[in-house]
Amino acid sequence: MNDISTWDIVRNLLDGALWTIGLSLTAFVLGGIAGLALLFARIAKNPIPRRLAQGYIEVFQGTPLLMQLFMIFFGSSLLGLEISPWIAAALGLTLFTSAYLGEIWRGCVESVPKGQWEASASLALTHFEQMRHVILPQALRIAIAPTVGFSVQVVKGTAVTSIIGFVELTKTGSMLANATFQPFMVFGCVALGYFALCYPLSAYSRYLERNIHGSRAH
Amino acid sequence: MAYTFDFASVLEYSDALLAGTVKTLALTAVGTVFGLGIGILGAVSRAWKLSPFDRIFAVYVELIRNTPFLVQLFFIFFGLPALGLQLNEWQAAILAMVINLGAYSTEIIRSGIEATPRGQIEAAESLAMTRSQVFRHVVLPPALLKVWPSICSQVVIVMLGSSVCSQIAAEELTFAANFIQSRNFRAFETYFVVTAMYFLLAIAVRQAMVQAGQRLIARRKK
Amino acid sequence: MALVRINGLHKHFGSNHVLKGIDLDIEEGQVIALIGRSGSGKSTLLRTINGLETFEQGEIEVDGEHLHPRDTDLRALRQKVGMIFQQFNLFPHLSVGRNVMLATQVVKKIGEKEAEDIARTMLLKVGLLEKFDAYPDQLSGGQQQRVAIARALAMQPRVLLCDEITSALDPELVNEVLAVVKTLAAEGMTLIMVTHEMRFAREVGDKLVFMHHGRIHESGDPQQLFANPQTPELANFIGSIN
Ligand SMILES: Nc1ncnc2c1ncn2[C@@H]1O[C@H](COP(=O)(O)OP(=O)(O)O)[C@@H](O)[C@H]1O
Ligand SMILES: [Mg+2]
Repeated sequence: MNDISTWDIVRNLLDGALWTIGLSLTAFVLGGIAGLALLFARIAKNPIPRRLAQGYIEVFQGTPLLMQLFMIFFGSSLLGLEISPWIAAALGLTLFTSAYLGEIWRGCVESVPKGQWEASASLALTHFEQMRHVILPQALRIAIAPTVGFSVQVVKGTAVTSIIGFVELTKTGSMLANATFQPFMVFGCVALGYFALCYPLSAYSRYLERNIHGSRAH
Repeated sequence: MAYTFDFASVLEYSDALLAGTVKTLALTAVGTVFGLGIGILGAVSRAWKLSPFDRIFAVYVELIRNTPFLVQLFFIFFGLPALGLQLNEWQAAILAMVINLGAYSTEIIRSGIEATPRGQIEAAESLAMTRSQVFRHVVLPPALLKVWPSICSQVVIVMLGSSVCSQIAAEELTFAANFIQSRNFRAFETYFVVTAMYFLLAIAVRQAMVQAGQRLIARRKK
Repeated sequence: MALVRINGLHKHFGSNHVLKGIDLDIEEGQVIALIGRSGSGKSTLLRTINGLETFEQGEIEVDGEHLHPRDTDLRALRQKVGMIFQQFNLFPHLSVGRNVMLATQVVKKIGEKEAEDIARTMLLKVGLLEKFDAYPDQLSGGQQQRVAIARALAMQPRVLLCDEITSALDPELVNEVLAVVKTLAAEGMTLIMVTHEMRFAREVGDKLVFMHHGRIHESGDPQQLFANPQTPELANFIGSIN
């Protein structure tokens, strides 16, 4: 039973880590697109999309990611769709990501000073033109650091998908821990793997944040 | 074939749901109290550069914030026995919650402490207060007050995150859901109800935290 | 014997020699008006007397408490020296009453009831007794500064340091604060005031001290110095103010 070498463990974990990265990227990109749609709904003039987007965000920020995954998994089978853990994981994490990014970005748009709206309105720009040429470019600059920061939450969130059977880094680790009876070493390596993925993102986000503040001061 | 929803079969297990809710709240409460305690210690060490604790806390914060809660939980529950530290599922869950919230609140509270205007500290010093008196009476309360909304959010996040404690068989709310759906074969209805319960819990916990903040820190009422 | 004695005081910020040998004796009950251009070292001098800044050379003595270069135990000295800041620095999370009570309770270990009595007495003195339960952000700047004065007075200091305490105030609020200071002076409180209110310096000050480039350039009776500055620098300064 114990003829699994350390190299085997590391190789398997690296395989799992690739799936973690793939899922993170998928969720981040698709969640970003959906988040952008949410953002526009959230700052629309019409209150109906505004309320809907707000409700969506509150639900996804107010319930456990694990429950969201279960709901997708079992809800789709109710509809007669047998979806794979990969699809359920990607879909669940995308929805989760979109809710957070939508909210983060709304905060960035709202932190653009009111005077910018007023000044651009006084130049007879339409609402869309104001967004396109004045507000969004400034909001974008503010948004980069927290967006990179949130990507850490996405990577960490992928670990939860192991519970619905998606074989990524954590699931691989659980299986290896059972097979090798070396949970300390295996979960230690798993943790290191996540750290290696997340720490650079955290550090980069902090760096960006400092730089924005630095460039504002001058 | 039309599916008929059967929520009654979930509510039959209201005892299990209630027990799970209580455990989830207890886990959150213990995690919050001790996590904030660690957060205050960590924040002071970091903000006032108390060597070597500032370094230790910096490493701790980075390690925890850059790894998933689930992996921390597995490491504690399955991994630590190799070091002779055998914890049952509740001890492991509580430890993981405390460690997790401790790391986040260290950073949150530190930002509050560092935002203290210098003049506040100087005014207190000029009144002959000691360093620790200044911290306890002048620096900490407004710092906590300022970052309390972030702390409330973080506590809600940690409460929701505790749902993965079901994976080490800690019988909290998600564990109850897993148990119920294995009995009534109504997975969707069961998880729907429990998701809704978490949603309400999140609102309730946030409210309770906001109230607690006003009671404990802002002594606005006499 | 002088209440405050400053001898050969030198202070650097890095390579910036900010105080270049200050000698100053202040008698009990004296009101010192400290004037000079921005950057001449007035704030630094006050902050050094209260131990908010260390110094490299010289000696400070307040009512028998000695302060030496790089001293770290300043509590005894600070109990004798109160300070009022330009920015008030009230504690925002505490009511007005609690602001005044705090140090008497935690530093002097006075009980709740007595501390409250002291606080009420001091607030009465600055005319703000009715604000006992208000919070700093509910007060005007002038009121906040008067609370700050009450807070310092509650510690029963022997000398009060005031660093441009009206500079952050709207013009119409300046007088209510100066009126309080005037009362304190009349009651015999020893005061060192950095101020740009020349009229006040002339009327209330017992001694005018003009600082220039980290030195006491000229000092003496306010009436005489204003009428007859002995150095071109002081003449210039007075001219630039009016
Ligand atoms: N904390 C500090 N660090 C470095 N330099 C300082 C600091 N405080 C004051 N200085 C410098 O000391 C000099 C005197 O400043 P200050 O005492 O504030 O003058 P004044 O109160 O007369 O305007 C100035 O050159 C100022 O730049
Ligand atoms: Mg000054």
